[in-house]
Amino acid sequence: MKRKDFLYLSGMSFGAAMLNRIPVLGSPVPYDVITPGADVAAKKRMADVVLNTAKSKGATYADVRIGRYLNQYVITREDKVQNVVNTESYGMGIRVIANGSWGFAATSDMTTDGIAAATNLAVQIAKENSRLLKEPVQLAPQKGYGEVSWKTPIEVNAFEVPIKDKIDLLLGVNNAAMTNGASYVDSAMFTVNEQKYFASTDGSYIDQDIHRLWPVFNVTKIDSKTGKFETRNSLGSPVGMGYEYLTPKASEKIQSQTTLYRNRYDMMEDAKLAAIQAGEKHKAKSVEAGKYDLVLDPTNLYLTIHESAGHPSELDRVLGYEANFAGTSFLTLDKWKSGKFNYGSKLVNIKADKLQPGSLGYVGYDDEGVKCGEWDIIKDGTLVNYQAIRDQAHIIGLKESQGCCYAESWDNVQFQRMANISLQPGKAPLAPAELIKNVEKGIYIIGDGSYSIDQQRYNFQFSGQLFYEIKNGQIAGMLKDVAYQSNTQEFWNSCSAICDERDYRLGGTFFDGKGQPPQSNAVSHGSSTARFNGVNVINTSRKI
Amino acid sequence: MAILSQEEAQALMKKALSFSKADECEINLNGSDSGNIRYARNSVSTSGAISQTSLVVSSAFGKKLGVATINEYDDASLEKAVRRSEELAQLAPENPEYVPFLGPQTYSADNPKLFDQKTAEMEPKKRTDMVAQSLQVAKDANLTAAGFLQNTGSFAAMMNSHGLFAYNKYSDINFSVTLRSADGKGSGYASRDYEDFNDMDTLKLTKVAAQKANGSVTAKAIEPGKYTVILEPAAGIVLLENLYGALDARSADEGRSFLSKAGGGTKLGEKLVDERVNIYSDPQDPRLPTASWNGDGRPLERVNWIEKGVIKNLSYSRFWAQKKGVKAVPGPSGIIMEGGDASLEDLIKGTEKGILVTRLWYIRPVDPQTLLYTGLTRDGTFYIENGQIKFPVKNFRFNESPVIMLNNLEALGRTERTVSGESFQSAMIPPMKIRDFTFSSLSDAV
Repeated sequence: MKRKDFLYLSGMSFGAAMLNRIPVLGSPVPYDVITPGADVAAKKRMADVVLNTAKSKGATYADVRIGRYLNQYVITREDKVQNVVNTESYGMGIRVIANGSWGFAATSDMTTDGIAAATNLAVQIAKENSRLLKEPVQLAPQKGYGEVSWKTPIEVNAFEVPIKDKIDLLLGVNNAAMTNGASYVDSAMFTVNEQKYFASTDGSYIDQDIHRLWPVFNVTKIDSKTGKFETRNSLGSPVGMGYEYLTPKASEKIQSQTTLYRNRYDMMEDAKLAAIQAGEKHKAKSVEAGKYDLVLDPTNLYLTIHESAGHPSELDRVLGYEANFAGTSFLTLDKWKSGKFNYGSKLVNIKADKLQPGSLGYVGYDDEGVKCGEWDIIKDGTLVNYQAIRDQAHIIGLKESQGCCYAESWDNVQFQRMANISLQPGKAPLAPAELIKNVEKGIYIIGDGSYSIDQQRYNFQFSGQLFYEIKNGQIAGMLKDVAYQSNTQEFWNSCSAICDERDYRLGGTFFDGKGQPPQSNAVSHGSSTARFNGVNVINTSRKI
Repeated sequence: MAILSQEEAQALMKKALSFSKADECEINLNGSDSGNIRYARNSVSTSGAISQTSLVVSSAFGKKLGVATINEYDDASLEKAVRRSEELAQLAPENPEYVPFLGPQTYSADNPKLFDQKTAEMEPKKRTDMVAQSLQVAKDANLTAAGFLQNTGSFAAMMNSHGLFAYNKYSDINFSVTLRSADGKGSGYASRDYEDFNDMDTLKLTKVAAQKANGSVTAKAIEPGKYTVILEPAAGIVLLENLYGALDARSADEGRSFLSKAGGGTKLGEKLVDERVNIYSDPQDPRLPTASWNGDGRPLERVNWIEKGVIKNLSYSRFWAQKKGVKAVPGPSGIIMEGGDASLEDLIKGTEKGILVTRLWYIRPVDPQTLLYTGLTRDGTFYIENGQIKFPVKNFRFNESPVIMLNNLEALGRTERTVSGESFQSAMIPPMKIRDFTFSSLSDAV
């Protein structure tokens, strides 16, 4: 293990799996540093140094992202605060086209000389790489927007909430779990603010202030006699919202086998229920492997949507740009061109939407200066579109980009990343309880668990947090050791019912990984509870 | 600015420490300069150069800790970061598990293989030349290449108010390539990671990927089930790292690990896997040089983790070691699993019926209790009969535990350096022949 990797993880002893690859101590800083927008004039001056230098060195296109990335982590376990971290990282990423090839350089040396040197390096790299180029980069036209700005609509800026309030909440959550029978509990709050200034030779100067929040816990219950342990993770979501997400509201709760949450999260209540349910899991029946009709709650289905609909419809994967890492896609261009490729049942409508309020992918403009929007990916079960950026749009006959470009930080090059991809709710009135009534032999699954899918997105396996057996339309008790395996096309064609919009909720992740060097993208996926017939379920218990 | 010398790092950290008003203060400083080329569809795609640094300030008042990081280094910014960490510490409640920062430590001399100046400072042209060689192989073989080459120079340093100072400098070159047949029916992969670019042969590695791509076309579907498998090192590492990366004492003591025992206690000192399994880490090994200290300043030394199948050591946080009254052994760095004398070809020759797995991918935990993991084969999977590779087979999903796998060990080949496609960490791993490996379904993916 190299030093950089150690530093990556050393800051937290908190559930490493949950925090896979979060740059804990790596890049980020303090939150009071800057009032977004206040130094726009200075940023414009720096951006113009890049754009003018690039043009004078022979670049035909240039863009620059000046970013200040602020993160805050509060990490606790049981009655202890393990760490309180503020991170700040400031720098710029410069991207150019010269001799028809892309070049990129990132620097934190923000002096005029430093900026010019980095710009020169980006142009030098582009020219050098043009030796390896088959076809020059073709950018979809993009009008300049002039000087514009955008901000995540938040009610309460989480960075302005006193640390003490966050600590009190997390220790309260832990106490709720411990007093209800948990053996251990970890909890954390991650607060993110991206202050991004984008400028390009197209004439855009875009200032954006983006906020995200992720409260999370993990409860463990140990049975010391058997030596077994069971866990139950939180059912809240990472959101593109302010601290208001953490003010519980009765109207945003959905009562099921456990309480589920829409736009407000009652973390304390969820922790109490988690502790009780972790205890129940010890007594649950081990599932009998076989075919079941699955009823998937949005807290579970969002991840299946992410992996089996979000990734395969990314145009860079379809074209082969991710062949060496994340993989390619079974949704090949010929299937899209046919206009008839049957992705799922007629009920299945999947949309890309960069403008969904409260979602992680909600921004005004993407990281190459394209105004964001929404579009269909799967219409009535048929593949109709992909997710594209400026240098790919012409390949699928688009006259403009769909605005899917994103870079994790100023020191990463921007590339095609997933928009919010969501399953549209059913049109006929249907509530989860009514849906369950019609299931003869099934499993109702809540929460996300283990997940894995192949590099072309055919074969997948997912688990969950809570599993309930359905027998003749009734919940018959809790199950454990459940994972479902399917093929994407078969699975979506087995979709036989989707609840209506009253049940629609967003799930999401901070850590959608892709690219080399790898980058994370935060993205949400909405759905209502849905039914999938005859899905293969395996039993995951083993003896060692 | 990104690569600071020992003296420069020392001066900057001293300056930062001078602003401290806390009971204890510790500074971690790191930086890197890297350059990369990404290519796909037989053409360059994105590429670039990245220069970055980060300074981490940890301040403590009694048992209250606060941390702040910054990447601006004028006096005002340094002072701001120190003050911010102090404010956070004052706002934090006392942590009963807080352990004061370490005093001065003695570290082994840096492994001389850890840093190569030329690798750290490679020019864009050198990267382009190395990728051009790879692309030529693809062109000659009528295959489509996608790959990634990156060189990095980096440093890490730390200093604290008790007089501890540590510094290491690293270089790294990383290369991976996937070749696919024009009809999309065959795919092959190769990857390596070294400290010295002279060790990196992009031409040879791309030829290996080409051979696998051509060899995996027209794969046949065979029934999933339990098979004898030969895992090439690139396949084995992604399962094994979830075993040697999980040798944590506290979770085992707390009863929430595959190393916990019913009624309490752990499996430390007990035989867990086949007696031919020996796994250790050694920062001084020339084959896999690693840092001489870890992130909290503890010296990194050779540690035997599994010896003759017995768990010999678990890693401890400083708090947990203090509580248990044992040595605070830091987690593994630079893992070496001993192998035998057999080559991969020898292992194939000695196999009556089995499957050669060249790569495993998308590995995720299914059950931490048994260390059960799932994932898939990828980029070349082959059926072996009577000591020969007979034909390529379609990819499988597996559900398997590295603990069960190492109990079903049939044979080990010669250990070699490989890099994980999941964690990007390198290790020395032998090819392994394993019986009863569980494939649970077929995948149509190529």
